[in-house]
Amino acid sequence: MKFAVLVFPGSNCDIDCYKAVEDTIGQSVDYVWHTATDLSAYDAILVPGGFSYGDYLRCGAIARFAPVMSEVVKAAEQGKFILGICNGFQILTEAGLLPGALRRNNGMKFICAQTQLEVVNNTSAFTGEYNKGEIIDIPIAHGEGNYYCDEETLAQLKKNNQIVFRYAGDTNPNGSIENIAGICNERGNVVGMMPHPERAVDEILGSADGKRMFTSILNAWREQHGAAVNG
Amino acid sequence: MAQQLTAKEPTAEQIADQRIYTQFGVTDYEYELVCGFLGRKPNYTEIGVFSVMWSEHCSYKNSKKILKKFPIDGPKVLMGPGEGAGIVDIGDNQAVVFKIESHNHPSAVEPYQGAATGVGGIIRDIFSMGARPVALLNSLRFGNLENARVKYLFENVVSGIAGYGNCIGIPTVAGEVMFDESYEGNPLVNAMCVGLIDHDKIQRGVAKGVGNPVFYVGPATGRDGIHGATFASVELSEESEEKRTAVQVGDPFMEKLVMEATLELINAGIVVGIQDMGAAGLTCSSAEMASKAGNGLELYLDEVPQREEGMTPYEMMLSESQERMLFVVEPQHEAQAQEIFDRWGIICVKVGKVTDDGRLRLFHKGEEVANMPVKALVDECPMYDKPSAEPAYYAANGAIDTTAYPEVTDLTGALKQVLASPTVASKEWVYNQYDYMVRTSTAVQPGSDAAVVTIRGTRKALAMTTDCNGRYVYLDPEVGGRIAVAEAARNIVCSGAEPLAITDNLNFGNPEKPEVFWQIEKAADGISEACRTLDTPVIGGNVSLYNENAKGAIYPTPVIGMVGLVHDIDHITTQGFKAEGDVIILAGETKHEMGGSELQYVLSGKSEGRPPQIDLATEKMLLDGVLGAIREGYVASAHDLSEGGLAAALAESAISGKLGAEVNVETSLRADAALFSESQSRILLSAKPEQAAELTNYLTAHGVPNAVIGKVGGKDVVASVNGKPGINASIAELEQVWKDAIPCLMK
Repeated sequence: MKFAVLVFPGSNCDIDCYKAVEDTIGQSVDYVWHTATDLSAYDAILVPGGFSYGDYLRCGAIARFAPVMSEVVKAAEQGKFILGICNGFQILTEAGLLPGALRRNNGMKFICAQTQLEVVNNTSAFTGEYNKGEIIDIPIAHGEGNYYCDEETLAQLKKNNQIVFRYAGDTNPNGSIENIAGICNERGNVVGMMPHPERAVDEILGSADGKRMFTSILNAWREQHGAAVNG
Repeated sequence: MAQQLTAKEPTAEQIADQRIYTQFGVTDYEYELVCGFLGRKPNYTEIGVFSVMWSEHCSYKNSKKILKKFPIDGPKVLMGPGEGAGIVDIGDNQAVVFKIESHNHPSAVEPYQGAATGVGGIIRDIFSMGARPVALLNSLRFGNLENARVKYLFENVVSGIAGYGNCIGIPTVAGEVMFDESYEGNPLVNAMCVGLIDHDKIQRGVAKGVGNPVFYVGPATGRDGIHGATFASVELSEESEEKRTAVQVGDPFMEKLVMEATLELINAGIVVGIQDMGAAGLTCSSAEMASKAGNGLELYLDEVPQREEGMTPYEMMLSESQERMLFVVEPQHEAQAQEIFDRWGIICVKVGKVTDDGRLRLFHKGEEVANMPVKALVDECPMYDKPSAEPAYYAANGAIDTTAYPEVTDLTGALKQVLASPTVASKEWVYNQYDYMVRTSTAVQPGSDAAVVTIRGTRKALAMTTDCNGRYVYLDPEVGGRIAVAEAARNIVCSGAEPLAITDNLNFGNPEKPEVFWQIEKAADGISEACRTLDTPVIGGNVSLYNENAKGAIYPTPVIGMVGLVHDIDHITTQGFKAEGDVIILAGETKHEMGGSELQYVLSGKSEGRPPQIDLATEKMLLDGVLGAIREGYVASAHDLSEGGLAAALAESAISGKLGAEVNVETSLRADAALFSESQSRILLSAKPEQAAELTNYLTAHGVPNAVIGKVGGKDVVASVNGKPGINASIAELEQVWKDAIPCLMK
């Protein structure tokens, strides 16, 4: 399986995503520059965190115009696995691949902390290795992670089982609607989340609960591939 | 030579006649020297360039004689003071690069940008050496947090540090924040950066190779930060608000791109010399690079990218616009260098060349506008030996007997007061605003004694800390200087690392006051002694003088930034208690030492008497003994005893470990002294029951006094002295007091 980690000017979790793929599932992974115009070689695309274009104008608002983004849209249509983390999530919402928007944290401050997430949807390609309702430790680090969408969209998200993660119990750190921490598109191949699973892949970092996101993706790909091979 | 550039600028004659140079902090004597070096009167650009090069910030003219006291050599030191940052060998062809620097005055008038650009500047110092920055630290001092202006400064300084570090993607992993009236109006903002490098990638700021082109990299130059270095070298005053324009504006996004492009350029192996444009911008970088190579340099100022119209040579040379670098390559590598910066979307233009005449010559609009000997700019600034005098307070304090204070009987109440003091209280409000996890190498996060950052692909890790108790240094500068180094080393050892070296940030008042100069001398003596005994050479640092407010000088605050090497990640140790039933051991000896203590401060609002004493040989034995025991695997948790003494350390280990403790101290001291004395060279340890005897035997065999004082367990912190109840409180109530203190004050 081949992973792409996108690099925009100002991405800074690109290295961490790259290392996480290497360390957790040992699959092939490349950095792909924001100017790239062909992603056909990749099975999964990671849109990393950071401050693409300095977060100037609005988080993710400039990145979505980068040449590589039209390829990401194409890949999403093809059903490839796309995971946007933190700034990557913001970029995916700006690009229209995921509904809703990320606003300033309700406390108006950047927050870096370990958080507990409830796995709401374990049927997605990214969460198959978790149990439904399981509580996992995954850290956050963001100033604008307050997920918002209108009532109609929220109803859709619920109806289609598109809410992937919620902040557990009453621990919502940023004021997001219905404690949402991560969502997927209707088809389930595009996931965006504010918490950083790539920072939780080794006990020495405080948690290894993020590992299973990567093994989930690999297993999903193998199943899909196996299914294709087996006809 | 065009003497008059624009109608606005005074002529050389006017500068001399009206003594305009004094506005730049140049004395009559220094002006005469400049005239001597030039063989004529300097024009406006030239006197501007001389004034910044000869400012304390760039020349260390008031402190160099003191800095010479520091031990700077050691078998592992690959580069000592003089370059952007010092470098220490950590084996396997790897080395650690680190330095601390202050941005005190800018932060006093414009806290967000002042702090942010302080971070940006120190990061450039690290990557201009060729190193990949891996961690940031800071050391902050503010006045009383009840004060509205102090809240404003604190809020925005923290926010500025967060804004820059988070965006550029370097984790802010450790730091210290202390509050005391002494820093009212003149906060201290010291930022430290740590980087990793392979030995063969080490760069120097040298303009070698006559004829080689000189390149300017980074955003265009504006009028911001003009005379920043000079501003940093005078006392703040009512007029300082007007100097807000001397504070630069930071762009961490730009610096991220400059950093990546620069590291790519360095990895390509084509750089001859490189230096960042920090204090005194283009002036300092060009003059120093030429000086280090023994060469001259010509700059064509029309080529300098300019953000504003009609900029004069004076303005371009003195601007401190941020995120800029100067580098030299050989002509055949010009295109390759250009291609790298083009790809990152960074301006890179040829602005000059290396010459052999030993002069810094500036050209603008077809004319030579300045021509100065490089050596005079860099090396010939007069050095001053300031008069020194013991301040009256020192003798007066010696007469105060802090052991004669009435005994504190409500010891639980006293502990809560200490824990609620912003200096001791949890700094979660601060560090939760910093991304301390990016780069996924942070093994010990903020809140323990020292942060630990792993080194990918190895079993090694780096431990790092910043420390200084300004109250101790004020009460006895020499002892306080020793303690600052010793405490840093203790923090490093508690995390399982071997102390390697230090960088220091000497924050003091106006050196022209003999009492302040005495503090500087004595503190430097103390630091030097400690560095010699503890084997931690000074590999670089920064001097920040003229830190004064209306009431006088700040507490002398020589902040020590120390880095240590964890030989194997299995040695990493944290302060929190680990398991029910673990045995608690106090290593070191407790005396009745309340001078400068946190308890003294929270009860009386004063810091008086003599600070705790320290014997460096004893300290060295403690450090070696505890580190040895950690490496043997005997230690479950380790926590340095500092502000608030044993009581605060017990509470912190309990809160961090979410496990209570029950201890009894057998002592000839009063109960309040036994629990709150701040005697040095002490560490609180815990060990598994089956290993406790091995640990105490090991410590005893290595000459470290130690006593088993109790057990980990339960939900309360219970401490008795000679069997008599002293402290008894639940972890939950202590944690609440400790965690809520700063957020409550900031609401």
